[in-house]
Amino acid sequence: MQGLEDLYREIILDHYKNPRNSGTLEVPPAHQADGYNPLCGDEISIYVNYDGERITDIKNSGQGCSISRSSASLMTNAVKGKTIAEARETIKTFKRLLLLDEEGEKSEPVEIDLRKLGELAALQGVSKFPARIKCATLAWNTFTQIVDELDLQIDGAND
Amino acid sequence: MTEVLIDNHIDVAKVRSDFPIFANNPGLHYLDSGASSQRPSMVLEAMENYYRFHHANVHRGVYRLAEEATELYESARERIGRFIGATHPGRETIFSKNSTEALNLVANSLGRGFLRQGDKVVITKMEHHANIVPWQMLAQYIGIQVEFIDVDDEGELIIDDLERIVDGAKVVSLTLTSNVLGTVTPFTGIAQVAKAAGAIVVGDASQFVPHRQIDVKSIGADLIAFTGHKMFGPTGIGVLWGRSELLDQMPPFLGGGDMISDVRLDGFVANELPYKFEAGTPPIAEAIGLGAAVDYMNSIGMDAIESHDREISRLAYEKVKGAFGDEIKIFGPSDPSKRSGCLSFELEGVHPHDVAQVLDQNLVNVRAGHHCAKPLMRHLGVAATARASFHIYNDEADVDALVDALKETRNFFI
Ligand SMILES: Cc1ncc(COP(=O)(O)O)c(C=O)c1O
Repeated sequence: MQGLEDLYREIILDHYKNPRNSGTLEVPPAHQADGYNPLCGDEISIYVNYDGERITDIKNSGQGCSISRSSASLMTNAVKGKTIAEARETIKTFKRLLLLDEEGEKSEPVEIDLRKLGELAALQGVSKFPARIKCATLAWNTFTQIVDELDLQIDGAND
Repeated sequence: MTEVLIDNHIDVAKVRSDFPIFANNPGLHYLDSGASSQRPSMVLEAMENYYRFHHANVHRGVYRLAEEATELYESARERIGRFIGATHPGRETIFSKNSTEALNLVANSLGRGFLRQGDKVVITKMEHHANIVPWQMLAQYIGIQVEFIDVDDEGELIIDDLERIVDGAKVVSLTLTSNVLGTVTPFTGIAQVAKAAGAIVVGDASQFVPHRQIDVKSIGADLIAFTGHKMFGPTGIGVLWGRSELLDQMPPFLGGGDMISDVRLDGFVANELPYKFEAGTPPIAEAIGLGAAVDYMNSIGMDAIESHDREISRLAYEKVKGAFGDEIKIFGPSDPSKRSGCLSFELEGVHPHDVAQVLDQNLVNVRAGHHCAKPLMRHLGVAATARASFHIYNDEADVDALVDALKETRNFFI
């Protein structure tokens, strides 16, 4: 059996108790996406300010368990200041960390440089608790909606 | 099976020895029977025996095996029908896949045969989705109006104004026991008022039948749904009971084999009860398994099962409340004698999922989530609760394990 410490690393508990980037941004100019987990009722809204090059600000609000809330907090930290391409790369790495492919399906472990991941690495233990993977991915899937939207806009602008 | 009563009290250790899951999972504190109970060997054996010695399709063959299978299937129906007090057990006991399908049968059949645009159907805010969504679907398809009996802070239905609420209603459909709050509703009283207003009364007895004796004749309902897997039976089998006069008038739900007495190119004639509502090859082994589950409950006695439910509901409420006081919010009646089956709670500062996770590490299995009752969750102002639910194989030691694990949870997160 997996120990609780695998799941609830100190960093996770810290982000749960002291959430970063929590709140809302004015829409527009901010982009907003909402996600929820119908299984457990967790809800999240993500707000992103994008200046055409980088994510200049990101906030999240919602309710959920420690895994879902801390994952949102960690994610906002991880992608703030990034370009869309960099943010996509971060999403991909996060999914690999949870042994998921880009579609979110279960995949074989891929070598990841945990040092490059920084605090995000704390979420690795979640992969051993299948029932909690949906909690950890909620914020990320919601954020992906915004990234997709921004990508479309960028494509549109290049036409 | 062993003798399981001592002075009319359930001997939990002996009951456990009837349920192989406990020998196979040492140390398990299974507190999720509200979602699905465990099964005694008797049920498993009845099903295996059927498959090994008597399987054939029912109602069709003239050969010996087919007759044996039919006999086992129909005998299960009779015993289940008698168990709930049906006047005509063989005609009024309809097998379905579960409560959900039974309630969908009711809504669809009444929707086709009895309800028109603008008709009022009254349900309550504490229903399981299975008794909400089928009516909402009728609202979408034929324009019925769904109205709700409200719930107070004690988790009880607000019925001061019942005459007005059910006035003109064509159907009143409600649960006998809330799967979230543990509230036992004043079903019979509500049924009387609803009947006086001319409504068809439907009861969702999914959480009631596993713990309390039901007498469908006297409870005031026209239709009652329940589900096998919460009462020691297998999954894939549920029951709709109905008064035969009403069932006779209701149009069939699913069409196909077995539910017809004749089919021509220009139409069909529906079969008689109960087959009219059992289209296709039924879940034969599951029905036989549920028959054995009912035999098991009878062998213990519904009186003993009910006193055990009352005792453990009270114990759980008092011990959890006693250990955590204001740090825990317990949903539902604060008078333990009004509770049955479960204890839903919110431990201050800890999300129910995290509660369930830490409890799992202590082999305490509880459910966290919305329990398929989202309107009730919204009403309570929470997204989810943790719920411990009980059955005859649970005792004080399980409640103590719950309390200890909750203390550990609190220390971990706070
Ligand atoms: C009150 C109530 N109604 C209906 C159901 C649905 O039961 P089933 O999923 O077996 O159809 C449940 C089970 O969760 C329940 O508790």
